[in-house]
Amino acid sequence: MNPALTLPVSARDHAQGPESAPLTMVEYGDYQCPYCGAAFPVVKRIQKRLGDDLRFVFRNFPLTRAHPYAEAAAEAAEAAGLLGKFWPMHDVIFKNQAALTPESLLMWARRLGLEDKDLAATFGRPEILRKIKEDRMSGLRSGVNGTPTFYINGARYEGPYNDEYLLDALGAALREARAPR
Amino acid sequence: MQPLKEGERAPDFFLPSTPDQRVSLHELRGRPVVLIFYPADWSPVCSDELALYDELLPEFKDLGVQLIGISCDGVWCHLAFAKDRKLRIPLLSDFEPKGAVSRVYGAYDEKTGESKRALFVIDAEGVVSWSDVLPVGLNPGADGVIAALERLAKREPEAAR
Repeated sequence: MNPALTLPVSARDHAQGPESAPLTMVEYGDYQCPYCGAAFPVVKRIQKRLGDDLRFVFRNFPLTRAHPYAEAAAEAAEAAGLLGKFWPMHDVIFKNQAALTPESLLMWARRLGLEDKDLAATFGRPEILRKIKEDRMSGLRSGVNGTPTFYINGARYEGPYNDEYLLDALGAALREARAPR
Repeated sequence: MQPLKEGERAPDFFLPSTPDQRVSLHELRGRPVVLIFYPADWSPVCSDELALYDELLPEFKDLGVQLIGISCDGVWCHLAFAKDRKLRIPLLSDFEPKGAVSRVYGAYDEKTGESKRALFVIDAEGVVSWSDVLPVGLNPGADGVIAALERLAKREPEAAR
């Protein structure tokens, strides 16, 4: 039996796509993880392909022992989120995984038009650290066993992270969601 | 042999963790212990599994839990492996007599001569409260262990603190 998502998607989450979408895909990811980096463009293409049928949610699962900048990157994305720029920051981080030192993260945030004074007031806020911890704990409870781990309509996805397999699984979930009961 | 099940007393052990240190189960009484039996140092899935549990030490610490890894590898092998992977979880060596502890827990694979991939959650009094044996090639994740520990914490609000 596949483990299931234990913390339902809610207003606490960063989501793209309509709330009423028949498909919700949740990713537990680590910004410094190369596999998450490889999955990033796949997710983008899938979002484009499925349009309003898909709601995509990203939750933090930084593997801080293996990836020294993963936590800082997660905090930076969440901080940008408090300033209304979560997804642009998320994207710029995944596009520049080789440059995630604190200095680089600050530079990316500035390039998104965020002001130093706002960033200084936001970075490291306790609610950001709490949120990341909560994300990680919810992942643990849901059976995340590495990154990235995806959940499609609440069930853990077990296949490879490529367009074909993910679209297959999403298609099956879509048919199930639309099947008359 | 079947792995020890919920409600069975967890057999004590006294195994080396380094060339000059040993760890016993009874000295860990008073808080829950998670025993992670795994087939071998260095094999890819074991390393991922241990790396995941090691990564999660802060969360397990919040739950007041001690984690222990056990395989049939020798102490010098454990030392080199732990150093290479920067692991903090103590790794015990079930090397001589070979696999003796793995056997009494029902977590020994006679065919390969290695420990099976098995997880045991042991409560503060030394009783098994949850166990699971997993396919060798699968990284199990921690959801089963976490759920068992959270049930324990609910059952024993005093002892867990």
